[in-house]
Amino acid sequence: MAARKTAGKTAGKKGQSEYFFDYSLLFIVLFLLGFGLVMIYSASSYSAFEEYKDTAYYLKKQLTAVILGLGLMMVVANIPYHFWERFAVLGYLVSAGLITLVKTPLGVASHGATRWIRIPGIPMNLQPAEVAKLCMILFLAVLVCKMGKSVRTMKGFILMVVIPLPIVAEVYLLTSNLSSAIIILAIAVLMVFVASPDYKKFVIMALAGAALVALVVYLVVSGNDFLKFRGGRIRAWLEPESDPTDTGFQTLQGLYAIGSGGIWGKGLGQSMQKLSFLPEAQNDMIFSVICEELGLFGAVAIILMFIMLLWRMMIIANNAPDLFGAMLVVGVMGHIAVQAILNIAVVTATIPNTGISLPFISYGGSSVMFLLIEIGLVLSVARRIQLKEL
Amino acid sequence: MLSDNNKIVHRKKILSSFLICTGLFVLLFGRLVYLCVWRADYYAGLATDLHERERSIKAARGRILDRSGKVLADNRTVCTVSVIYNQIKEPERVIEILSRELELTEEYVRKRVEKYSSMERVKSNVDKEVGDRIREYDLAGVKVDEDYKRYYPHDELGSKVLGFTGGDNQGIIGLEVVYDEFLQGQPGKILTVTDAKGIEVESAGERRIEPVAGLDLCISMDLNIQAYATQLARQAMATKQADSVSILAMNPQNGEILAMVNVPEFDLNHPYELPEGTPEDITPEEKQNLLNGIWRNACINDTYEPGSTFKIITAAAGLSAGVVTPESSFQCPGFIIVDDRKIRCHKIAGHGSQDFTHTMMNSCNPALITVGLRLGLDSYYSYFEQFGLKTRTGVDLPGEAGTIMHRKEDMGNVELATVAFGQSFQITPIQLLTTVSSIINGGNRITPHFGVRTQDGDGNVVEEFQYPVKTGIVSAETSATMREILEMVVLEGSGANGRVEGFRVGGKTATSQTLPRGSGRYIASFVGFAPADNPQVIAIAIVNNPQGVYYGSQVAAPIVRQLYENILPYLGVAQTQE
Repeated sequence: MAARKTAGKTAGKKGQSEYFFDYSLLFIVLFLLGFGLVMIYSASSYSAFEEYKDTAYYLKKQLTAVILGLGLMMVVANIPYHFWERFAVLGYLVSAGLITLVKTPLGVASHGATRWIRIPGIPMNLQPAEVAKLCMILFLAVLVCKMGKSVRTMKGFILMVVIPLPIVAEVYLLTSNLSSAIIILAIAVLMVFVASPDYKKFVIMALAGAALVALVVYLVVSGNDFLKFRGGRIRAWLEPESDPTDTGFQTLQGLYAIGSGGIWGKGLGQSMQKLSFLPEAQNDMIFSVICEELGLFGAVAIILMFIMLLWRMMIIANNAPDLFGAMLVVGVMGHIAVQAILNIAVVTATIPNTGISLPFISYGGSSVMFLLIEIGLVLSVARRIQLKEL
Repeated sequence: MLSDNNKIVHRKKILSSFLICTGLFVLLFGRLVYLCVWRADYYAGLATDLHERERSIKAARGRILDRSGKVLADNRTVCTVSVIYNQIKEPERVIEILSRELELTEEYVRKRVEKYSSMERVKSNVDKEVGDRIREYDLAGVKVDEDYKRYYPHDELGSKVLGFTGGDNQGIIGLEVVYDEFLQGQPGKILTVTDAKGIEVESAGERRIEPVAGLDLCISMDLNIQAYATQLARQAMATKQADSVSILAMNPQNGEILAMVNVPEFDLNHPYELPEGTPEDITPEEKQNLLNGIWRNACINDTYEPGSTFKIITAAAGLSAGVVTPESSFQCPGFIIVDDRKIRCHKIAGHGSQDFTHTMMNSCNPALITVGLRLGLDSYYSYFEQFGLKTRTGVDLPGEAGTIMHRKEDMGNVELATVAFGQSFQITPIQLLTTVSSIINGGNRITPHFGVRTQDGDGNVVEEFQYPVKTGIVSAETSATMREILEMVVLEGSGANGRVEGFRVGGKTATSQTLPRGSGRYIASFVGFAPADNPQVIAIAIVNNPQGVYYGSQVAAPIVRQLYENILPYLGVAQTQE
C-alpha cells in the first residue's frame, strides 16, 4: 500500500497513488488527543497532587492509553476491514458476556457504580460498555449487508431495531449505566436510519421519543418518584440553584466554571473551579474547565473540530467501496457525534446530568483506546477508497 | 455490491445524519453563547463568592470628644490571633507557643487548633507587642491581624456615662451604646482566594475592601468640670463614709450636661474587673449581677425620694395656680393635721408666723403641705404631669428609670401632703434636675443630653443633634419669682452653705430618710443654680447614706459650693459687683 496523499487535490496526478489515506481525519484526531492531554493535565494536576502527590498522575495514565490506542489504531487501519466481518456474531456474544462479568468478583466499583472489569495481568480496567459499542457497530454493519433488500421491509426494520435491545438492556440494568445504553441505542438507530431508505418511520420515532421525554419530565416535575435518583437529577437540571449541595451540585459547579470563563476565558491553567470545587473536572466535566480557561472561543474551537471530524467521516462513508465499509464509518460517526453532543449538553445543563465523557478529550483509558480502534476502522475503510472513484 | 440507486439513498441519509448532528452542535453553541455572555456575570459572581474567604478588618471606632475637643475615648492598635486548620504544619509547636504567648491554657488553645474550620479565632485584643512576637515565629497557619481596641485615656473618668465596648466593637453601656451606629463605622474585608478545602491559592493574591472609620462624637461633658466634680465626690464619699455620691451639672438653658459623676466609678479599660475582696468562687450569674451594679448610673438608672428639693415643684405649682404669692402668710405650729394624720415639721417647735418666701427658706413642711392642699388633688396631679414628671426626660443614655408615683385614684389628702414635700414617691436625679431647670429657666422643659454633634476624623461636622424643648411649663413671672425665692434660700435660709462669694446662687437642700423609715439611712442632697438671675449652670449633689451629720445643708450644699467656686469663673460667669 503506497498511500500517501490526501483527497481530491492529487486525484489528477495518476500513478502516484492508487489509494487514499485520510490525513485530515488523522490530524483532527491527533489534535483532539493532544488538546485533551493538555486539558487533562490542567484540570487534574491540582487534585492529582492532592491525592497522589504527583501533578502528572492522570496525564501519565492517559498518555499511556493514548500511545497504546494509537498503536492499535495503526494496526487496525492496516488490516482490511472485511477481516472483521467474520467476528460480528462472536463480538455480539462476547460483549454480552463481558457485561455480565461486572457482577462477578472481576467487577470493579468506582464512583458508586460497578462498570469496570479487571483484566488479569494488565494494570488497567476495561469498561465492557465500550466493547459493546464497538461490537454493536460491527454487528449491525454486517447485518445490514446480509439483509440486503429486506432492510426495506417492515420485518427487516423491526429486526434491526430489536437486535441491539438486549445489549442496551444489559448495559442499563447490569451496570446501571444509562448513558452508555443511550449511546448504544442511538448508534443503532442512526445505522438503521442510514440503512433504511424510509424517512417517515424515523420522524414518527423521533416524535414518539420526544413525547416520552416530555412525559417523563412532566411526571418528575409534578412530584412522581418512580424514577428514584434519576428523578432527582431531572429536578436538579431544571433548577440547579435550588439544591446546590446535592444533585444540583455538579451541574451548578459546571455552570460556575462556564460562566466565569466568559468570552475569552481566564487563560490556560487559570481555572478556579478545578481546585476541587468541580467534581470529575478531568473527566465528564472537562468541557466546563475548557470553557473557564479558554472561554467561549476555546469551546467553539472544540465544537468546530468535532464538526470537521464528522464531516471527514461523512466523506469517507459516502465514498466507501461497499455498504459494509460505509455502515462501519456511519456507526463510528454516530458514536462520536452522540457522545460529544450529549457531553456538551450535560455540561451546559441543557439536559439532565448523566455521566458521559467527551470523546478523545476526557480522561478515561478504555474509552480513548476503543475510540482509536474505531478511528482505525474508519481509516481502514478510507484506505480502500480508490482515488479514481472520487 | 452497492448499487448506484442505493448509494444515492445512503449518501442522502448520511448527509442528513451529519446535518442533524451539526444542527445539534449549533444549538449547543447557542446555549454556550447564552451562558458565556449573558449569564457570565451572574455565574462569575457566584463563583467568586465561593472561591473567596473573607476576613473582616475592624473599622476604627469613632472617638468620643469632650466639649473642647479633648479625647475621652480613643482607639489603640491591637492584634487578633487566629489559626487556619488546613495550613497548620506543626500543631504541637503552635499550641505550645500560642498558649505561652497568649497566656491561655493549653487545653483551650488545643481545642481551637484542632477544630476543623476554615478559620478559628484564638484571642482578640492582644497587645501589639505580643502580636508582633507571634508573627516573628512565622508559624504556618497562624494569622495575626491588626485591629483596634477601645482605649479610655482617663480610665475611671465618667465611666458610667461613656461606657465601654465589647470584643466586636459594639457598645455595652453608656454613650457607647446609644451612639453605636455613628461610632461603629463599616468593617472592611480581606478576601482571599481558596480552593474547595479552604487552602489559599497563593498566586491569586488578596482583595481588600477598606473599612470606613466611625464618626467622632462630640459631647457636652467638660473634662475639667467632670474631673473636678469627681474629685469632690470622692472627697465627700471618703469624709462622710457614704455609700455613693452623685454630682450632676447641666446648662439649664439647653440641657447640655457638663458633668455626671457617680462615685465609685470603675476603670473603663478593665470594666470586667471585680473589686478586691470579692470571693473567687462566685457563679457567672452572680458575677454579672455584681458587674451590673458596678456599671449602674445612679443619676439615671436609680430613683430616690427627692425630699425637700421637691418643694420647688410644689411652690411653682402653687404660684402658677395663684393659690399663694411670695407674701402669703403661713402659721407653723410644728405640725399639721391632714385628715386623721398628724404630720410633723422638722422643727418640732414650729416656725411660727412666716411669709411664703420664708417657708421655703425654712423648708417648712406644714406650709408646703398647706399649698398642696390648697391646690387640691386634681390640680396638683395635673401640675405634676404638666411639669413632665411622669414622662422620662429623654436623656441620651440607656436605661433611664421612670417615675414611681401614686395612681391618682389611690391618692387621698395624706398622700397629697406627703408628695407636696417630696416623700412617698420616687424620681431620678436627672428628672429632678430637668424639672427644676424648666422652673427656673423661664418655663422651658429642655431635654438633658450629652451628644452635641458627630464629626469626621478631620473635624468636619456631619450632624448636629437637635433635642425637643417643651415651652410654657411655667410662666416667665412664676419662673422669676421662683429664682428670687430660691436665691433667698441660699442667701439667708437653709441653703446658706451653698453660698459662693461673688456669685448669685439659688438652690434648695433636702434630707430624705430612705425606706424603710427609721433605718437611720439618709440621702443628703442640694440643688443649686447660678447666677440666680440668669442661670447658666445648675448642679445637684446627692450623698447616699452619709455617716454622722446627714443634713443636706451640711453635707451636700458645700459640695455644690466648692464646685461653683471653681467652675463659675472657669465657665466665664461674671462676678457680682459687691
